[in-house]
Amino acid sequence: MSAALLVRTLRDPASVAGLDASGWNGLIAAARAERLIGTLAFRLADVAVPPAVMPILSDARADAAREARQALWEADRAAQALGALGVRVVLLKGTAYAAAGLKAGQGRFIGDLDILVPVEAMAAVEQALIAAGWEWVKDDPYDDAYYRQWMHELPPMIHATRDRMIDVHHTILPLTARQTPDAAAMIADAVPLGDGLYVLSSEDRVVHAVAHMLADGDLQGGLRNLWDIHHLLADTDPDIVIARAARHGLLPHVQQARRLAAALYSPGARLTLWDRLIRARLLARDGWGRETRKALIFAFFLRSHWLRMPPLMLARHLWTKWRKGHRPS
Amino acid sequence: MRQSLTLRIGPATFRIGSAWPAPIAELARLYAAYPQPIDAIADFTVRLQPTSLVRRFIRPSIFITGDHGLADAAPMSLSHGLLAAEMGMNLQMALGWRRHLLLHASSVEKDGRVLVMTGESGSGKSTLAALLGERGWRFMGDEFALLDLDSGAILPFPRLVSLKNRAIDVVAGEVGEARMGPLLAATAKGDIRHMVPRRDAVARMGKGAMPALLLFPRFGHAADMRAVRQAEIFMRLTQASTNYVALGEPGFAALTRFVQHVPARAIDFPTGEEAIAMVERLWEERT
Repeated sequence: MSAALLVRTLRDPASVAGLDASGWNGLIAAARAERLIGTLAFRLADVAVPPAVMPILSDARADAAREARQALWEADRAAQALGALGVRVVLLKGTAYAAAGLKAGQGRFIGDLDILVPVEAMAAVEQALIAAGWEWVKDDPYDDAYYRQWMHELPPMIHATRDRMIDVHHTILPLTARQTPDAAAMIADAVPLGDGLYVLSSEDRVVHAVAHMLADGDLQGGLRNLWDIHHLLADTDPDIVIARAARHGLLPHVQQARRLAAALYSPGARLTLWDRLIRARLLARDGWGRETRKALIFAFFLRSHWLRMPPLMLARHLWTKWRKGHRPS
Repeated sequence: MRQSLTLRIGPATFRIGSAWPAPIAELARLYAAYPQPIDAIADFTVRLQPTSLVRRFIRPSIFITGDHGLADAAPMSLSHGLLAAEMGMNLQMALGWRRHLLLHASSVEKDGRVLVMTGESGSGKSTLAALLGERGWRFMGDEFALLDLDSGAILPFPRLVSLKNRAIDVVAGEVGEARMGPLLAATAKGDIRHMVPRRDAVARMGKGAMPALLLFPRFGHAADMRAVRQAEIFMRLTQASTNYVALGEPGFAALTRFVQHVPARAIDFPTGEEAIAMVERLWEERT
């Protein structure tokens, strides 16, 4: 299992000393598939590796540096577009880690720009972004209505000339989820970076990363999310994290993430049966970068919908998407 | 994966895995003169996998992917497996290569200097490079020319030459059947046959050289030639590069130097023979 090899290498970079060519091929393929190749490249920066591996890792570091630069530029453009509104614009996930210079951001893949703004400012933010050149990606009325009624974010937008996506959130979980985090408190406690941009407090960063990984979604990219959490936890006061997680209704999730991070990226932890299932899902990747354990992956895909929607709503949603020709990959 | 092969082309090493034996067997045969290390660390992994469990056995259908892939890549018939493998390798280069500026161009070398030819699919750049490679030039590549960021040299990437439709008979008649791959009929780009480059082109695939002439060929028009201004050359080459943006400032600097130092011409031609005569004349007159 190459995902397991990837995890071992991130935990203990010196362990690559014994790898043969096929081990390296599996490690690199798994790291690319999990979008952890940049992170791996930083972890191995001071470790002796075979000559053929060196350019692969230095390419990955250069790509990560470019992604961070582009992400910060997008954040700057969003700040510029939203500056006149006078609302707090809170950077989330990869862009936030890069902007705040966090260890979790080192080599991290950064996709879209994710921002959190107060729910009452959503309409104004949407108008300001459109005026500054962002436009809608989805032209399907059902998807658009679904986002606006049930999701925690606007439908995704893309900038017409820079071709970069922005996700505008007003809270950190879909409105249909069982938990209702206190987004207003998160925004109130956010830490200023200057230029009208903020990042979440170190404890809320953990809560958000955990909510994203364990209370939403199907654990695609879970190894990367857990790597973030592993480093974000190191910057926090454990008691404040517990209090914060409880306030947002996510204490069990945060405790579980702590156990998983300790089991995978630290010496170890006692895992429950449910933890072990998640670990099996996280490690479902072979030496060619392919997903394994298809049934388990599909079960987590189903669970992600179950988490987001009550049964009747789920049935109606799946029926609508099916008629539109959507099939799970 | 059940079947696999590791293959070195120019500076890049590919690990190609397939759910079926046929594409790997064809690759191994046509790339027989290339290094096929048993135990090497590859730059890229390519996977030819079934589009679904059923499609492994019944009307087999290939999904081309790997380290880098496109979610909406069109499935291909197993009878086009060789083409799928070639496309898989091209995909990795186009999306993942960072060590040189990648130009979608063919290239040939003579007297230690390189002629680079760039254009859309169908412009004739592959056919021209293949024909020149049989007539005293060293074939360096028909798909990607690699521009070195530091030295400004062009490095070879001499994979199999992909010949389409009418070009197939023209080139097959010149090089002989032994160096031709199977006919892949009715692909998305029409009929395709691959040609194996000459042995010396493969043997010297690690050796680059400085560029001396850039051509924008266009097949199927009355013979014509025009100068191209530097601004236009620059813009067309950024469009012909898949990693120009990803390379950032070093890519800009390398491309600027290339455009400022390499003379360029656009040439139209009705037949391959006329094109070769034009190329040879321009090569002699180059400044």
